[in-house]
Amino acid sequence: MTGSVEEFLTARRGTGRPLLVPYVTAGVTPDWTNIVRAYADAGADAVELGFPFSDPMLDGVTIQEAAGRAIAAGTTVRGILDEVATLDAGVPLIAMTYSNLVVQRSVAEFCAALAASGLRGLIVPDSPLEEAGELADAAADAGLDLVLLAAPSSSRARLREIAERSRGFVYALTRMGTTGERGEISEGAARLGRELKELTDRPVLFGFGVSSPARAAELAGHADGVVVASALMRRLLDGARPRELGAYVASLRRALDQGAR
Amino acid sequence: MGEMSWSGRQGVAVPPGARAMGDPGATGRFGGYGGRYVPESLIPACHEIEAAFRAAWGDPEFRGRLDTLLRVYAGRPTPLTPAWRLSRELGITLLLKREDLVHTGSHKINNVVGQALLAHRMGKERLLAETGAGQHGVATATAAALLGLKATVFMGERDIERQELNVLRMNVLGAEVVPVTTGSRTLKDACNEAMRHWVSSVDDSYYCVGSVMGPHPYPWMVREFQRVIGEEARAQCAAELPVGVPDYVVACVGGGSNAAGTFAGFAGTTARLVGVEAEGGAAATFGRAGVLHGFRSLVLQDEHGQVREAHSVAAGLDYPGIGPEHAHLRDGGRARYETVNDDEVVKALLRLARTEGIVAALESSHAVAWVIRAAGSGEIAPGSTVMLTLSGRGDKDIASIKELL
Repeated sequence: MTGSVEEFLTARRGTGRPLLVPYVTAGVTPDWTNIVRAYADAGADAVELGFPFSDPMLDGVTIQEAAGRAIAAGTTVRGILDEVATLDAGVPLIAMTYSNLVVQRSVAEFCAALAASGLRGLIVPDSPLEEAGELADAAADAGLDLVLLAAPSSSRARLREIAERSRGFVYALTRMGTTGERGEISEGAARLGRELKELTDRPVLFGFGVSSPARAAELAGHADGVVVASALMRRLLDGARPRELGAYVASLRRALDQGAR
Repeated sequence: MGEMSWSGRQGVAVPPGARAMGDPGATGRFGGYGGRYVPESLIPACHEIEAAFRAAWGDPEFRGRLDTLLRVYAGRPTPLTPAWRLSRELGITLLLKREDLVHTGSHKINNVVGQALLAHRMGKERLLAETGAGQHGVATATAAALLGLKATVFMGERDIERQELNVLRMNVLGAEVVPVTTGSRTLKDACNEAMRHWVSSVDDSYYCVGSVMGPHPYPWMVREFQRVIGEEARAQCAAELPVGVPDYVVACVGGGSNAAGTFAGFAGTTARLVGVEAEGGAAATFGRAGVLHGFRSLVLQDEHGQVREAHSVAAGLDYPGIGPEHAHLRDGGRARYETVNDDEVVKALLRLARTEGIVAALESSHAVAWVIRAAGSGEIAPGSTVMLTLSGRGDKDIASIKELL
């Protein structure tokens, strides 16, 4: 796979395909890289890899539990990167983690290490526009797309700046709250998708609360696709194997493709 | 009473030149620390709170209401009490700023009355708070009741067990106490959970942060609301001491709010500023730069960047970070940070109780413990004057130290 996250996703979108980005917490099980492959084989357009952090401010109980399990198993950034380096999923891999792991040595060193192991993108939910300047430069230098979050509470002026400065795609939050399946999708989600689509040609993906194939298809109608995390991690924590998680991603894929018809 | 002269004249006029710890500006930076590391969802709320605080802080009517409440409701100004017998034993002059005497029993009320007034002015209906020892939770529940607001307090399950009395007090005051069962089940996790809840309720809820931590404007705003400690103490020292300024100003540090408020009153003087941390939660001493709970500061963490759990006999100091301004004061050498262990702390609590008839909180006893050690070793020269902020009273801790008696 060559090119940036944004080039890859834009090309896929160009075929009329709603975009699907499933998530897995790296290190959550010994065979987590098989989960990444299963996602790719089931029709994922990119895969989001959570680098577990002890204090995940924006995560609900499911991702917290997955992160806790991964940390307890001894997962480290270095260890994840070593495994990623041997992984050719055929779709871009995007890291998701919190600022504390990013600033350990320097943001430049972190970004360079991610890129060297083959990651193509980075999401840091507790690094908003104001704090992302140095990180954005370091990511650009390393050839990583730094994905920014947009929220229902963001003003139009902020949305414009987020859309302008985000790379890869714009991560639109369906609602005010943490990751997780519970809760309804706010009315603001449709508005947010619409506004972002007016402001940018970059792909716009919805995340948070994409709890079912039907919900995924509904949301994709307001943007270019979805990120699905807790629904998958809940199944994993309940014992699902990579093959079963792949089957769930395939069901999301079908619902998205049918919805687009 | 001892031979030390003491007039009891304790005026509280603010001396000039006391403003050395200033406004961190729009980015909320104290040197390289501070900032606003929160999800995009919370950025508008942070902007709104900063704007509301700037307006309120410059509004004489708001300041007047706050001053009145601090005076007639919270019981300010608090006295500066000489520790007569302990001073004689240690060969120094030890003065205690008596935050243990304010309503609810700790300095937390200063900040909470300010933030609750601000939340009320902003039209918010509910206060959210995290709490460790329960003092901030009790203060928040109290201010909420006073202003007719609802209060939801997040508290680690482990802290709920060891601070049962404060949980009951919050219940009596009508607050909802939400047990936090994740992670270490202490203050750090209560902060995470309060933040998560805030994201989903930001329209009608106001997050009343309990220390000089969190995203901008909290570290600055909380320090400003606690500045009253330092300004009163400075004026009281000016009225009582022959040289006007103590040699040392000492306060305990968890997140560091009573220390920040105290230091703010003395940063522009020649006094040496000393923050005292719990050995098992000493971010200024053992921490590395990192980002936690919305701000960049010194954080206790492992080599991989996972935040460590803090351990202290004092629940209120069980925090793996330190306020960003403290990290900056440390780097610049304006303040220094020392650690004491649990054993020294319990001994200090008992010694102060038995020499002065004052039962200090375990948190505050950290500051006392360091002064006892430093005076004993000669690090604090004989004859020195030490102003120590006694941040809270120890009633809540009696049960937990009973085995040690």
